[in-house]
Amino acid sequence: MSRQIGDVILNVQNISLSFGGVKALSDISFDVREHEIRAIIGPNGAGKSSMLNCINGVYTPQQGSITFRGQTFSHMDSHQVAVMGVARTFQNLALFKGMSVLDNIMTGRNLRMKSNLLLQAIRFGPAEREEIEHRRKVEEIIDFLEIQAYRKTPVGQLPYGLQKRVDLGRALALEPQVLLLDEPMAGMNVEEKQDMCRFILDVNDEFGTTVVLIEHDMSVVMDISDRVVVLDYGKKIGDGTPDEVRNNPEVISAYLGTGH
Amino acid sequence: MGFFLETLLGGLMAGMLYSLVALGFVLIFKASGVFNFAQGAMVLFAALAMARFSEWLNASGLGNLWLVNLIAFAMAAVVMFCVAWVIERLVLRQLVNQEGTTLLMATLGITYFLEGLGQSIFGSDIYKIDIGMPKEPVMAFESTFPGGILINQEDLIAALIAACLVALLSLFFQKTSTGRALRAVADDHQAAQSIGIPLNRIWVIVWCVAGVVALVAGMIWGSKLGVQFSLATVALRALPVVILGGLTSVPGAIIGGLIIGVGEKLSEVYLGPYVGGGIEIWFAYVLALLFLLVRPQGLFGEKIIDRV
Repeated sequence: MSRQIGDVILNVQNISLSFGGVKALSDISFDVREHEIRAIIGPNGAGKSSMLNCINGVYTPQQGSITFRGQTFSHMDSHQVAVMGVARTFQNLALFKGMSVLDNIMTGRNLRMKSNLLLQAIRFGPAEREEIEHRRKVEEIIDFLEIQAYRKTPVGQLPYGLQKRVDLGRALALEPQVLLLDEPMAGMNVEEKQDMCRFILDVNDEFGTTVVLIEHDMSVVMDISDRVVVLDYGKKIGDGTPDEVRNNPEVISAYLGTGH
Repeated sequence: MGFFLETLLGGLMAGMLYSLVALGFVLIFKASGVFNFAQGAMVLFAALAMARFSEWLNASGLGNLWLVNLIAFAMAAVVMFCVAWVIERLVLRQLVNQEGTTLLMATLGITYFLEGLGQSIFGSDIYKIDIGMPKEPVMAFESTFPGGILINQEDLIAALIAACLVALLSLFFQKTSTGRALRAVADDHQAAQSIGIPLNRIWVIVWCVAGVVALVAGMIWGSKLGVQFSLATVALRALPVVILGGLTSVPGAIIGGLIIGVGEKLSEVYLGPYVGGGIEIWFAYVLALLFLLVRPQGLFGEKIIDRV
């Protein structure tokens, strides 16, 4: 492996989140190191997605803070998070259904487009060059994800597994430092899961992108993650390498139920 | 034959104006999923602003008609930008991620507010906008048909302006990164935010664009019929247009408008005598009703299928 795991890039401290009387997360802390693949696992309803939504700024936690590259925030703002270099994918696909694969991924470049609106409309000079430059980057992503054949297809017409790839592609178009993946393998068959695993490993390896990944299927996660956080009923019950987590009695009972 | 063509042409011209109002609906619906009931009020507001500004400029001794209209148009556009900004700040921003119905009700409120505000600032008389369009009709095809066809030059110019506006808008939506961002926001608020598209700025932009479209519509209607309160009800005439063309389609708004314009005129002339006339008033609504029964998504709208 060429990648070298670096310092802490994202640090989550004592996050608590509740909806009305329901505690979704209580006092969760963990850190993510640069270039690693960090998984958050747990049974259904454990609070995994809520955790991701806190990092992404969709939810505002009542307590705790999040430190990203040395800056500490009590709550994140979705737009600001994207500007700082954090991209995400969605558990239930949230693609722009009416737009083509190409346009969907191009929207990921939006933050980086600088040229004047008028110039863009008439494809003039610098705007033309900029568009071509972004287009080249997007084509690289399309090649990388092996979806060349579907470039012009409206995403709504693609099968589920491919839509998941487009979702990943749109996030990659931001050239993020940290990639948050919300159940990237949910609802896929074995072959699709293997493909997705390969893409995640390649992204991490080739671009050095830090990956934070949610999954409830333990077997997949254990093979590709460097470290794993385990949540259950909104509490952290385990944290460590896949092997440590696998042998943690609390984790075993959460997944298999306690013996009676 | 000549008479038929003349009716057809008149219908097309009237339809173009319906299209212009319908376009405002479609723009906002496409970019924010809100059915903007206030589009008619925006037309009235914009037209009032422009009429009063040009009146004021004339009074201050600016002689040139072109210059007066240009400056008045620019000033009215700035007013519409302010309206868009205020609506985003005070209304839309508070209602992010709310149901479509909630937003519709909010625009209903904006309608009354704008109608009231417009008339209390700019007055409630009948004003005129004179953009120097030639009023006399011209004769065409005199050699082809006996008697030729009378074409209203004013309508011709109005249609030309509308066509230019539509071309500009589709260029904007399809070719610019902002246009792409607008379409993205329309499809999925949350996903758009996650890739760093600022929702609030996008909304201001789209309401600004809709404001300018309302201004152009108000200017043309106003110069034809005078600026008065009844302009606000023009929006009601455009409602069947969006049902016909589909709420999400720019070409749909154009073609829907043309079909209704032509349909109204032809049915009035050819069917009117049998039922005692007055078809023009209800024709569009009946057509819209039929469409709702047979093809509720309109001619070009996206079919919405919910998977369970």
